[in-house]
Amino acid sequence: MMFTVIEFMKTLHTLKGERPLMNGYYSRKLHSLLGIIPLGAFFVEHLLTNYQAFERGKEGFDSAVNFLNSMPLVFFLELFLIWLPLLYHGVYGLYIAYQAKNNVGHYNYSRNIRFTLQRITGVLTFVFVIWHMYDTRFQVAIGQITHEQLGGVMHEMVTNPLIFALYVIGIISASFHFTNGLWAFMVSWGITVGPRAQRISSYICMGLFVIMSVMFIMALTAFRGSEFQEVSAIGEVIQTVLS
Amino acid sequence: MAETTASSKNVKFIITRQDSPESKSYTEDFEVPYRPGMNVISALMEIQRNPNNAQGQTTAPVCWEANCLEEVCGACSMVINGKPRQACAALVDKLEQPIKIEPMKTFPVVRDLVIDRTRMFNALKKVKAWIPIDGTYDLGPGPRMPEKRRQWAYELSKCMTCGVCLEACPNVNEKTDFIGPAALSQVRLFNAHPTGEMNKEDRLETLMEDGGIEGCGNSQNCVRSCPKGIPLTTSIAELNKDTTKHLFKRWLGV
Repeated sequence: MMFTVIEFMKTLHTLKGERPLMNGYYSRKLHSLLGIIPLGAFFVEHLLTNYQAFERGKEGFDSAVNFLNSMPLVFFLELFLIWLPLLYHGVYGLYIAYQAKNNVGHYNYSRNIRFTLQRITGVLTFVFVIWHMYDTRFQVAIGQITHEQLGGVMHEMVTNPLIFALYVIGIISASFHFTNGLWAFMVSWGITVGPRAQRISSYICMGLFVIMSVMFIMALTAFRGSEFQEVSAIGEVIQTVLS
Repeated sequence: MAETTASSKNVKFIITRQDSPESKSYTEDFEVPYRPGMNVISALMEIQRNPNNAQGQTTAPVCWEANCLEEVCGACSMVINGKPRQACAALVDKLEQPIKIEPMKTFPVVRDLVIDRTRMFNALKKVKAWIPIDGTYDLGPGPRMPEKRRQWAYELSKCMTCGVCLEACPNVNEKTDFIGPAALSQVRLFNAHPTGEMNKEDRLETLMEDGGIEGCGNSQNCVRSCPKGIPLTTSIAELNKDTTKHLFKRWLGV
């Protein structure tokens, strides 16, 4: 799997050398922008929806899911604000990660460690998002489950300790990647220029990382509650999804 | 008396060597008699005088480059105990032994510790790191530069193209065409000059191409490594702001 990814990246790299599809400046700028708007914004929204499971239980979570699905043109919102940006940001991000010659061994400065972590968490988040989307949104798309059953699917999954642990890793990776990416976004677009501005914004972003991770884990724990357990026959469906 | 006791001590070196640009690198150990206040360059000079390795075999003297010997020319940059720096300013008393010396492999190695920094000078040409003052007639005196700005710009002008920031940067390597922090900061320097400012957009546009400012990944190793203390990351962020502004101006046709 990793080998194929590296080979793919190499092909992308040589393709870029021969005839660039897009000027590197614009493609990198687009990558940076999409990471915050819309992907970062959606990520925060996703956290708030999940957090309803912790705050108001199954009822709160279901009403938040219903609210999202009642939005006009929801398919196009998903397509243009989530799936396409996710595809671009993910694939181009893998290419960026492939290009770096990580050197934390010789330069163990905090910013350099975060540079490497940004790339590691990016790859982890990429894998996690594919897995998570397959189990949830994709199953809805092929008609295996409905939006109302998503809470039950999550319950089935996170009551398994291994899946719970993997989800915690995925959530922490995604939260770090987003918050540290927000810090880098502010540098890359010339919002935080001087060392003091960059230091203060890093405190804010790392604080946000902790808050988001904790809130996500609280939501995840809430899904373990028995109220999310589905009594109907969808248990079988979930079994097939999981296997 | 003190000198006789001092000379009985030896300083150990492990030097990464390479006989030609294409050949493989290897390490060779050396022992050099200690002298008070010695630096890596004086140790390399000693090896040149007595080209014997630690095993006592005569070997080809180690090649290196040096010029000013006071950390202003950048010629003797090499990786000393894992960090790129100038050998002339690397005092043996302050280094852990054995002292490991390698060439800055981000650049093509010519021989032993000699590297080819041509890419840095090409980068300066690419970003037009100069102020055009020639015309077909006398253009007269340029605008005055405020003293305060001159003092600030002087800090940026200390760059000696030594290559340490490129060596430390994780995004300068064979897989990217990133121009590197040094040339970026020079754009800020020449754009700050009242006459240089007249060609500001030209320089910004060279940074908005492949391998330009997009190559920066904010690891900020450059600013931590720069021997001249140049605020490289502030320069990069400032240019991020300038290129972003220029991008929108160009799109909107302002």
